[in-house]
This record gives sequence, structure tokens and C-alpha cells, in this order.
Amino acid sequence: MRRRSRGVPERRLAWFMTAPSILLIALVAVWPIIYAIWLSMHEYSLVSAGLSRWASPIGLGNYIDAFGDAEFRDAAVVTLIFTVASVALETVIGLAMAMTMAMAFKGQGVLRTVVLVPWAVLTVVTAIMWRSMFDSNLGFVNTLLGTNTVWLGTEPQALLVMILADVWKTAPFMALLLLAGLQVIPGEIYEAAKVDGASAWQRFKKITLPLLMPALLVALIFRTLDALRIFDLPKVLTNGANGTTSLSLLAQRTFQENRLYGEGAAISILTFLLVMAVSFAYIRLVGGNIRGMTEDR
Amino acid sequence: MEAASTAAEPRASARDEAKTKVKRGPKSGGTPWWVWIAVAAIVIFCLFPFYWLVNISLKTSADLSNSDLFPPNPTLDNYSSILRNDDFTRALLNSTIVALVTTFLGLLVGAFCAYALARLKMRFKFILLGVVLSISTFPQIAIAAPLFRLWSDIGLYNTLIGLVIPYLTFALPLSIYILVTFFREIPRDLEEAALVDGATNFEAFRKVIVPLAAPGLATTAILAFIASWNEFLLATTLTSSREARTVPVAIAQFTGSSDFEIPLATQSAASVLISVPLILLVLLFQKRIVAGLTAGAVKG
Repeated sequence: MRRRSRGVPERRLAWFMTAPSILLIALVAVWPIIYAIWLSMHEYSLVSAGLSRWASPIGLGNYIDAFGDAEFRDAAVVTLIFTVASVALETVIGLAMAMTMAMAFKGQGVLRTVVLVPWAVLTVVTAIMWRSMFDSNLGFVNTLLGTNTVWLGTEPQALLVMILADVWKTAPFMALLLLAGLQVIPGEIYEAAKVDGASAWQRFKKITLPLLMPALLVALIFRTLDALRIFDLPKVLTNGANGTTSLSLLAQRTFQENRLYGEGAAISILTFLLVMAVSFAYIRLVGGNIRGMTEDR
Repeated sequence: MEAASTAAEPRASARDEAKTKVKRGPKSGGTPWWVWIAVAAIVIFCLFPFYWLVNISLKTSADLSNSDLFPPNPTLDNYSSILRNDDFTRALLNSTIVALVTTFLGLLVGAFCAYALARLKMRFKFILLGVVLSISTFPQIAIAAPLFRLWSDIGLYNTLIGLVIPYLTFALPLSIYILVTFFREIPRDLEEAALVDGATNFEAFRKVIVPLAAPGLATTAILAFIASWNEFLLATTLTSSREARTVPVAIAQFTGSSDFEIPLATQSAASVLISVPLILLVLLFQKRIVAGLTAGAVKG
């Protein structure tokens, strides 16, 4: 390899170049989390909130309260149902979309652009869109189905609309990730399987799925992380009414509207821990990738 | 990406090819009919909800209560009403400033870090990139509560800079992660040549890598911009009036300019208006965006 003496030594230059990022991350991410943990272990009286810094330490009291609180348990259940249902639907639809896009045909570029449209639409706009489609007066869904349902005003239906809206917005993203995975599978494998008389289903099960697995897992975890922290959709669709309050929404309402900083922070930290657990699985999975990206060549 | 296709390294170039080239099936001449049905289904799935939004944004208040798929008496009233709404135009300005500044800072700070991670000898690289990646998966809610209190104390509550700072928690990791992938695809020979010619490491970065990585920088900028433009949780938690409200918050809180107006019509007009620039970005930079989204997601 090379050895030079000009300029700042390489290792020191590396620290200079990474220092601003490390400082920023410590300042805007690590430190607020530590402060949130501190908040979550204190109790603020409603009267003094915002007026003074009066807070009494109560250890894990806020966490114990949260677990005993039906609202928290409901929000946890809603978040989990939402995550499992939306990620499962997105995977199936995304895979179907990716496999269609992988076929050779004219206008593929146009199709990719079309698929990016839901991805580019703001989540808040997505919520407004789906709220209007399912609106019992203005929407077309009731007309189409011949029903008279007040979708967002009924308990399981509101969550269903939220799931569908999320699937619309993110299935295309899933499709693009999976398409990238499909395109690294060499076409010759399929040719060989065909010559050996494998049916389309056998080719899908024995070739596509196993070879797509790494990309599929990354996409799955990516989406799970996003779904677990869902906030925008329930906030704008229903403001959490009718069984749509997610953990993030509950936490935000607790500390902002009700000014219960300690409890709100505790729910935030619990959400954070849940997301981080999935995140570790993700990092382990792409760990090989990161190593590949950082090793000296 | 252009630079990457000439990469001497087989891994990078094979992967690049896979990304941009269309896989040719056995019968590339004729496409079976059922593929076209699937294509039509995808197009309807992706575009119809947006069409519906455009449809209601063009309806008069009177027509709004029927669920026609075409506006019977198309009108631009909702658009002119939203453009005369000061809260909305101010939010547009706020969003633009916040998204541009966040993107610029994320890219500037991130590019240095990404170069060091991609090229320079350094300890703890693996840990650093792992931390960066885990920060990008942070749920925003975890920093919302402490920042809400802290910003009130130090006067950053309801300010644009009070939004830019926490937005760096996602803009910076995004920039670093994507740029590391792009920097590594630039052939090492070019820098080596500059170094042999007597350039310092930093000069090699500034004069060789940065210009070559321009497409990667553009991709990162687009993704960071869209992410900042889309952010809602922190924007709604850390602002309280039009001085700092961004577009998503303004639209979500829209109640119509008068009691007689149904907010959904103006809300949908505003939604269409702010979606158009984003859809244009997608039309123009489809390839870049897909490359950025899938960077690092596929094991190369």
C-alpha cells in the first residue's frame, strides 16, 4: 500500500472528519435520550409543570404505572396489531409488485416512477387521502361496496383503514427494495430449472424465495421499525379515536397535552426499547454489510 | 453512479449493473397478457388514491357530498382559497427553509464522516457506523419529550432552528450511510493518482472524490430533503404558531378559512399542491432515488 508524509496523518484526519458527526449525534440523539430517561424517573405535579423545574424522583414508578394502565396496554396491542398486519400485507403486495416489475417489458421505467408516487406523498397527505376515501358522506368506498359503514368511527374498522393507508404508502418502497434483490439473482438459474422441468411455483419456492431472503429480511425489519413508531397516520386519521392510539401517539399526548412529562417520557422510553430490540436484530443482519463497508482496502 | 460503472472492482460493478439494467427474460419479445394485467393493477393501486384527492380538490362545496369520481362542476376555488391563506403560505416558507438547511448541514457534516469511514484508516469504524445506523432507527418520540421541555427552557421552542437540530438525527445518519456506499464505489486509482501527484488526503477528497460523488450527493440531498419535508411528530410537538409551523402540521390543523367551508376540500387542494413538487422530483430523479433507497439494502 501507500505511505506518504504530506498533510495531516491519515488517522488524525479521519478523526477530524468524523468529529463533527460524532459531536452532533451525541448532542441531538444521545443526550436527549439520557434526559428522557431522567424525566421518566421523576414525577411532575400538574400545577408546577412548566412553571418550575420541581420534580420528585420516583424511580421506576412511571414505568409501573404505565404497565398498570389500560390505555398503555391498549396502545401496545394496537401498535403490535398494526405492525404485524401492515408489514405482512406490504410484504405480500410488495413482492407481487417487485416480481411484476422484474419481468422484461417496455415502459418499466415509467412503472418505477409510478410506484414511487405513494412513497413521495407525505404521510399526513396520505392520511387525508384515505380519510376522504372512507368518509361516510364524501367517500366512494361505501358507494362502491354498497355499505353504510362509518369507517373511522367504528372500533375495528378505523384500525383497518389505518393499516390500508400504510400499506398503500409503503408497499411500493418494499417493492423497490425487493426488486433490487431480485435483480441480483442470475437468470441462468431459472433457465436451468426450466430445462429440468421445474414448475413456476417450484421455481418461486426453491429459487426466488431463498435467494431473495437477505433482501426480504432487511426490508421486513426496516418496515417493522417504521411501523412500530407510527404517529402521523393515527394522529391525522382519527387522532387516536376508536382503537387507533399507537404508542408514539399515546406518549406524545401524555407529555404534551396532559403535561405529564414523567409518564410521557416513560412511555417514550418503552417504545424506544421496543424499537431498539428490533433494531439490534437489523444491525446483526446487516452487520456483514457494515463490516464490508468499513474494512480497509 | 456513472463513475461506479467504470469501477475496476468487480463486486461494485456487478452490483451496479444489476441495479440499472433490466433483466431480460427468455421471451423478451412478447410480454404475456397477464403481466399487463398485473401492471395495470399496480398503476391503479398507486395512482388512484392520488387521483381521488385531485378529484375532490376540484369539487365545489355543493358537489363534495356526492361521491362522484369526476367533479361535475370543476373549480379551482379551493386552490385560490388555499393560496390566499397566510398560514399555509407561511408554512410553505418554513418547510422550505427547514428542509433546505437540514439537508445542507446533514450533507456537509455527513460527507466528511462518510469519506473517513469509506477510505481512511481509522479505529472503531465498525462501531461508529453501527451507532450511526442505530440512530437512524431511533423512534422520534424518544427525543420529542425531552426536547419539548428543553426547547421551552432555552428559547428554541417554536423556532425553525429548533426543528433543524433534531432533524439532523435522521438527515445525518441517512447522509453518512448512503455516501459511504457511494464513496466506496469510486475507483481508488483516481485518488491514488492524486496522492502520487502530491495532493494531501484532504485535497484528494475535495478535488477528486467530491466532484465524482456528485450524483451520490444529489441522491442523498433528495432523500434528506423529502424526509425533512415529511416529518410530522417533532414538527407538531415543537411548534405552536404559524411562525414555525411546517406544511404537514399546517395541513393537519386546517379547519377552513370560514365556518361555511368544508375543510376537506381546501385540505385536499393544499395536499395536492404540496405533493406536486415531490412527484416532480420523483419523475426527474427516479433512478437516483431508487439507487439511494436500495443503497446498502442489498448485500453486494
